[in-house]
Amino acid sequence: MATASPLPCGDFRTSYAADMTIFPTRNSRIALGVGLVLLCLAPLVFGRYELSLLIQIGFLGIAALGLNILVGFTGQISIGHAAFFGFGAFASAGFVKLGVPVVLAIPLAGVATALVGLVFGLPAARLKGLYLAIATLAAQFILEDFFARARWFSGGVAGQVTENFSLFRFRFDREETYFYVVLAWVVLMYVMAANLMRSRDGRALVAVRDHYLSAEVMGINLAYYRTLSFGIASFYAGVGGALYAHYILFVSVEAFNILFSIQFLAMIIIGGLGSVMGSLMGAAFMVLMPEAVQSAAQALQGGALDRALNLGNSLNFLREMAIGAAIILFLIFEPDGLARRWRLIKAYWKLYPYSH
Amino acid sequence: MEGTLFLQLLVNGLIVGALYGVVAMSFVLIYKASQVVNFAQGEFLLVGAWACWWLITDMQLPFWLAFPMCLAFMTIFGIVLQVTVLRPLIGEPVISVIMATVGLSIFFQALMKWMFGVFAQPFPPIFASERVSLLGLEVQSVYLLSLVLSVVIMLGFWWFFTFSKHGLAMRATAFDQQVAQSLGVSVPKVFAMSWAISAVVSAVAGVVVGVVSGVSSGLSFYGIKVFPAVILGGLDSIVGAMLGGIIVGVLENVAQYLDAQWLNWGNMINVAPFYALVLILLIKPYGLFGTRNIERV
Repeated sequence: MATASPLPCGDFRTSYAADMTIFPTRNSRIALGVGLVLLCLAPLVFGRYELSLLIQIGFLGIAALGLNILVGFTGQISIGHAAFFGFGAFASAGFVKLGVPVVLAIPLAGVATALVGLVFGLPAARLKGLYLAIATLAAQFILEDFFARARWFSGGVAGQVTENFSLFRFRFDREETYFYVVLAWVVLMYVMAANLMRSRDGRALVAVRDHYLSAEVMGINLAYYRTLSFGIASFYAGVGGALYAHYILFVSVEAFNILFSIQFLAMIIIGGLGSVMGSLMGAAFMVLMPEAVQSAAQALQGGALDRALNLGNSLNFLREMAIGAAIILFLIFEPDGLARRWRLIKAYWKLYPYSH
Repeated sequence: MEGTLFLQLLVNGLIVGALYGVVAMSFVLIYKASQVVNFAQGEFLLVGAWACWWLITDMQLPFWLAFPMCLAFMTIFGIVLQVTVLRPLIGEPVISVIMATVGLSIFFQALMKWMFGVFAQPFPPIFASERVSLLGLEVQSVYLLSLVLSVVIMLGFWWFFTFSKHGLAMRATAFDQQVAQSLGVSVPKVFAMSWAISAVVSAVAGVVVGVVSGVSSGLSFYGIKVFPAVILGGLDSIVGAMLGGIIVGVLENVAQYLDAQWLNWGNMINVAPFYALVLILLIKPYGLFGTRNIERV
């Protein structure tokens, strides 16, 4: 599946410290800094609608990264990620209801979701491959049923209303301000994930994925790392869900269905399994694709094709079909996802115009 | 009175369970032959039922003509899916193959909603009498037909795998692909055939369900209910799939009965099989009849 990005020619690593850096070259560090500054300026440039898309990419990207740690790095599959995302959303709303400030409720929701994830991860420690896929599918339905029934937790069918993010009496109640909250969390969570992957635990997860029998022979505790990876994935899903809750301000059961779980899987396949930045690219693809579908439908509006296919009323279905088709096409033609494509593009321009 | 209600539920469970069993068998068929876990099994029911519905209502064909045409279409459908989507993924990790079938599943679900709308459409009545009395119980005649059909399909499977040349080739492929290949079995052909048969059998089940309760996107839920059945029976056992299907059908009806009588939780009919599924995975993940997977370094 995934491989580490190849080093640029002539960049030799002479110490362990150099080998362990997250951003190996000077240019990559500069690019990161410039990118962050540009993102901080985004609210000055973009309107509310574009910002709301960026915010969606942010919280979906965090949850997708969690799923990528589970699927892409540990090789454990989960078809119930949306349920954990939903659990985080409900948990955060619940903490706020109990009087916890939103700032604390978001990480607390992450921890609570991680605990639930560990409970579901315990059986997962014994299962793998398709058995795990089926078990997490069951978890999706059981949790969904739990949400619908546990009125004290989720507000039942009516849903749960929650509050804006606020810090020192300043309310982050508009897209322009909430954007910074999400951005801070995205940076934090992605740096944490990149950090995890160069640590002992991260390498153990990759070893479990690549050949679990060899990993076990080398002294890696399979049950421990499989459960741990489930816990980490749930933590990310919980934080993403909490950020979603305090953006939408209304959490209801119907949102966290199996289709949403499949969307998370689609994000990491499209972005690239086993790639940290790929998760964000996949989330961006998944948020922007419906916009593209919609504008394509609008461009055709009133034409013969529109009347024949009834495009205007079936945007939802077109979107779902596009998701399904994207999963299949990426699996067949670009199994390493956008992350690999991005590397190829970078490699091409590095040597331009003498690329051979 | 209580006893009759319980008996009625049992019979209902048996009939629905036989249908689950048929779908589970066609699921196991694909898994055995080509090691693909098909999350799009429910969409076979959906596509088959809609195709048959369309031929009868929009094209005004009689049932005896529309049904075989629908099955012929499903044969081609199964083969095309296998050749275009699954064949390029041979040798890829299990996760990729699972995700591809998941992708197929939501693609066809949305496509069917787009083409035929989201509302359930009733089949035109096929039989004159709606209900028949059997041993003092009221049973819908379509249900009776579905039970008979399930038994016929089961016997057909048994004959196919025991006596026919293609069935034996399929078993040989499931046992060891390389040996089968060296004995002159065309493995790609076996793969395509298993998908075609699976699609056709599922479509039969889909049409039966459609005749009973109308065609709607709810049909694809049968594909998900299949998982408790096949895990219970053992993933690679056709007998186990049948038995697992019947057990799940009875279980969900009994769960609904208990729920309505004492618990009042609601929705148990849909969720109980999944609780059972998690339990089975914890206790006996290879099921009642499945072969235990032994791994060596």
